[in-house]
Amino acid sequence: MMQPESMRPELRTPAVDVDSVEHEARLGSLWETTPGIQGFFTTVDHKEIGIRYIVTAFAFLALGGIEALVIRLQLAGPNLTLLTPAEYNQFFSTHGMTMIFLYASPILSGFSNYLWPLLFGSRDMAFPRLNALSYWIYLASGLFLYAGFLTGNGPNDGWFNYVPYASRDFNPGMNEDFYSLGMVFLGISTTVGAANFIVTAFRTRAPGMSINRMPIMVWGTLTASVANLLVVPAVSLAFFLLWMDRQFGTHFFDPAGGGQPLLWQHLFWIFGHPWVYAIVLPAMGMVSDGLPVFCRRPLVGYSLVALSTVATMVLGFGVWVHHMFATGLPGLGLSFFSGASIIITLPSAVAVFAWLATIWFGRPVITTAFLYFSSMILLFVIGGVSGFMTASVPVDWQLTDTYFVVAHIHYVLIGINVFPVVGAVYFWFPKMTGRMLDENLGRWNFWTMFIGFNLAFLPMHLTGLLGMPRRVYTYAAYGGWGTLNLITSIGSFVFAAGVLMLFINVVKSLKSGAAAGKNPWDAPTLEWSVPSPPPPYNFAVIPTVASRHPLWEGRLGTEGGLSSLDRGMLLANGKETIATSGLDAEPDMVLEMPENSFAPFCLTVGLSVLFVGLLLRVWAVAIVGAVVCALALMAWFWPSRELRERKPAHV
Amino acid sequence: MSEVVLSRPENLPVGPTGRHGVGWWGVGTLVVSEAALFAYLLFAYFYTGATAPPGWLLDPAPSLKLALPNMVLLLISSVGVWGAERGIIKGRRGQALAGLGVAFALGLVFMTVQCLEWRSKPYRLGDSSYASLYFVTTGLHIAHVIVGLVVLAALFWWTALRYFSAGRRIALAAGALYWHFVNLISVCIFVTYYVTPHLGFGR
Amino acid sequence: MNYWSSTWPLSYLSSAGMRAAKVVPLTWYMLTVSIIVCVVIGVLLWVAVRRARPQDRGVEMSAVPVERGGNGIRWISLGLLVSAVPLAIALVWTMLTLAAVAGPPAQPGLVLDVTGRQWWWEIQYNGSSPTDTFETANEIHIPVGVPVLVRLHGGDVIHSFWVPQLTGKTDTIPGQVNLSWIEADKSGRYLGQCTEFCGYQHAHMQFEVVAEPRAEFDQWMAGQRQSAAAPTTPEATRGLGLVEYRCGLCHRVLGTEAGAISAPDLTHLMSRREIAAGTLLNNPGNLVGWIQNPQNIKPGNLMPNQALSAKQLSDVLAYLETLK
Repeated sequence: MMQPESMRPELRTPAVDVDSVEHEARLGSLWETTPGIQGFFTTVDHKEIGIRYIVTAFAFLALGGIEALVIRLQLAGPNLTLLTPAEYNQFFSTHGMTMIFLYASPILSGFSNYLWPLLFGSRDMAFPRLNALSYWIYLASGLFLYAGFLTGNGPNDGWFNYVPYASRDFNPGMNEDFYSLGMVFLGISTTVGAANFIVTAFRTRAPGMSINRMPIMVWGTLTASVANLLVVPAVSLAFFLLWMDRQFGTHFFDPAGGGQPLLWQHLFWIFGHPWVYAIVLPAMGMVSDGLPVFCRRPLVGYSLVALSTVATMVLGFGVWVHHMFATGLPGLGLSFFSGASIIITLPSAVAVFAWLATIWFGRPVITTAFLYFSSMILLFVIGGVSGFMTASVPVDWQLTDTYFVVAHIHYVLIGINVFPVVGAVYFWFPKMTGRMLDENLGRWNFWTMFIGFNLAFLPMHLTGLLGMPRRVYTYAAYGGWGTLNLITSIGSFVFAAGVLMLFINVVKSLKSGAAAGKNPWDAPTLEWSVPSPPPPYNFAVIPTVASRHPLWEGRLGTEGGLSSLDRGMLLANGKETIATSGLDAEPDMVLEMPENSFAPFCLTVGLSVLFVGLLLRVWAVAIVGAVVCALALMAWFWPSRELRERKPAHV
Repeated sequence: MSEVVLSRPENLPVGPTGRHGVGWWGVGTLVVSEAALFAYLLFAYFYTGATAPPGWLLDPAPSLKLALPNMVLLLISSVGVWGAERGIIKGRRGQALAGLGVAFALGLVFMTVQCLEWRSKPYRLGDSSYASLYFVTTGLHIAHVIVGLVVLAALFWWTALRYFSAGRRIALAAGALYWHFVNLISVCIFVTYYVTPHLGFGR
Repeated sequence: MNYWSSTWPLSYLSSAGMRAAKVVPLTWYMLTVSIIVCVVIGVLLWVAVRRARPQDRGVEMSAVPVERGGNGIRWISLGLLVSAVPLAIALVWTMLTLAAVAGPPAQPGLVLDVTGRQWWWEIQYNGSSPTDTFETANEIHIPVGVPVLVRLHGGDVIHSFWVPQLTGKTDTIPGQVNLSWIEADKSGRYLGQCTEFCGYQHAHMQFEVVAEPRAEFDQWMAGQRQSAAAPTTPEATRGLGLVEYRCGLCHRVLGTEAGAISAPDLTHLMSRREIAAGTLLNNPGNLVGWIQNPQNIKPGNLMPNQALSAKQLSDVLAYLETLK
């Protein structure tokens, strides 16, 4: 029989005090990652992981960009032969895969990973090791997919990879095996990342940060994460079934065996459309949080914008069929999805007018970040109205699969993802590094990107209206699209030069940028209350939040009292932070955070071995991988009899 | 000037207490995702069946002789895991070990019977889209059962080593949640593949 | 032919047939609304940003005061109201247009079976008796002013049938039959193109719809129903032998031993304006180049290079030129 006292939960009243030098030293020794190679592989610090995400995602952006430039050279004029059709198909497919799966989503995960605990007044994500795992898997699956491309086995059926062309009969190489297994692999990263964001958002906000005080970016990422949790399984399943069809002769998509080619399209777009929102909503959140700082006022219509974020996603689950208007579905179904797709523009309109009003009723201060955030509004509207056009079934029957849609998707993804992200780099780089980016170079950077982007993609709408089909490796002169394509190609190189300036600015400012201080933009949210870059434990004391703008209180006139930033729970008995209740953020539990761990990295190695084994069909290798995974998971979940409270490791 | 708001909580539990901890929520969210995965698999079944010509079902009246008892067996194993958790809460380690042990054994029996069931089918994986769906859906479920069995074995071991108490049992609570989920899925699969044909779907 | 379609044969901002014509005004409406929205938002944004004060340039951010103010919510509600009107119009107009163009004609004057294949179009005309049924490739003839039902079949992978001047896209999907329909107002040649990515030669998968007066159409159809005439010159006779022996492995020439159907029917090859699914004009030079070297012209397509001797080539050409 057990001891009676062990049946009671351990309770403690957290000490509340102001920060002190000794306290910070103690926290530092508790939270610091071991230096050196061991620390590199074991760190669970969300800031380190966030930066890794951002750097890796930008590396993939550069790769995808180079592929795009090669494509634009091929298409600069009619009948050019730089690439063979086989090469072209791999280039455009890999470009899409890279930008959509390996850049657009991970870059947002990177920012959210880095920023969330800082926005929340917390010390780490809810599951730091899961966080590390999600990064390692992202890296490993990205390398897996690129191993295919570099060996001439890149995806060659577009990013949405329709069957039957992706099936073995028509696509006998290993291209689609790399793609399908790689996507299943990457899906694990996205799913565990989403789970982590959801629990983090609901359980680790500082006391007082009730749900209506969360920054909009949190709303965006949270909504996106819920969507990912529900829809990523659809695409993972689709790719898994495709792999089964290719390797084991099943008939999921093969009409000869009673399968349904359209099943692929349903599964893919049930995932694909919410995914498009998942890679723009967090970026829209960045604008909603960043823009007001430079307008010197709170965001207009916070609640409406937060609600419209959620509404967009809810409606977003019901519009996937608008990618399938031409597949011969019955008219009634088409009308429903057409209506839903037109109506979904309304929540987006809320955000647009909220941003416009924020600038109008504010006192805008023009910085590079402001330029990126504000220009995004226009690009968002252009991408939005072209989406509105494709929502109308009869119009879409003409527009779809022409360059009009290519223009649309680039306004959406570059306009609503890349522009806010670059703005976010200018905005949060000082927090991450302690140094400012160069504002003069920043202006050059912005205008080159803005002009290049619009030069490339605005005329592309016309290319589409004039009938150029998408995904053609070349086109005849009589189509009449030569001049427009040349303009697009020139614009794309100008745009690329702009992106290069960003990289130059980052490298230059890392070395010689002006010191940033805690709050260079005089911004209102919690991340700006800690030093730049923040210490490993983020907050020496856990703040208590009394409003949406803790650092602007007193200037805005607050009704509910002032936030307490200097005084709060010390929580230094171990690696600890506070867990709070989901809606009101009342303190709920002292959260014990895990130490650094090899388990996430080992699990990723195991998974990589498993997937390589599956790819090569060497089952022994796959089994070894699975066993490594099981062992790593065992070590990960090994329970502890006692609390993790401990003395600092090395004071 | 307004007052400074400062949160001064009273006694707070330290670390996960009972099933109350972020770990349980973490497994819960992953279970939601896994549930979505099976929902899409069943969607694939219904979609393919609804758009296929008549005669799509290779087995228009699937026999319940093995499948029904087998599903009930798995549900009983859930009771075992539930009992194990109660045992830990009440401080009865023997009950906990017995519950987990019974659940593990029933899981093994389920797998064996499922293999017999597969063998009894007159069709094979590559015969048609119906056959592919049947074997892959039940196969993915069995893969989850195997993971569940590994989890149960680990929990059994840890219980034997006295790792758990009423207050500190988050791993047990999370593992139990997963096992209940796997068993719930077996009901959904049973209804889809064994009951709806008798109701006329896909004939 | 108007300006749009003569300069940009695949443009859909104009139309030449009822099914496309119903959609053009809706397209222009949505396009106009879209442009107006972009301009209005652009101007508002520009004016708002221009309100930045020069004295705020380059100062510390904390020197610029933070203030709440203005009735921003009114902007949102007003903006929503104003946006809702064109959206509602678009929604209703969309439903009306959809109802008008979606359904196939109740009584089509002609029914065609079109199969998308890598990378060409197989077209079957169904006669009242089997002998009246014939096949052709990449060139659809229709009579002017007659609604034509097109049944679309997927031959291998998914393709999409599109004649922007006459109709929007409908996919050809293996395992199911999709319906499209076309009706041309006036005579002319209308360009069509595959628009679902289908592999290496997706770019070169075009076809033409030739709309002609009823009499001409009937005459064309009568001609297409004939088998190939026997060759009369020695060159052409030798050519026929080669065609039967080599081309006949994939192609068909009715009335000869060449009877395979995995590639375009050649019985009336010379009646078609283009070869290789719109890749080349059909003239002797192109034909010879294509036969010898299809892989250079359309890399990855399913026709192997032939490597015929010069004499063989001229014989084959002599025969093919008899296939009027």
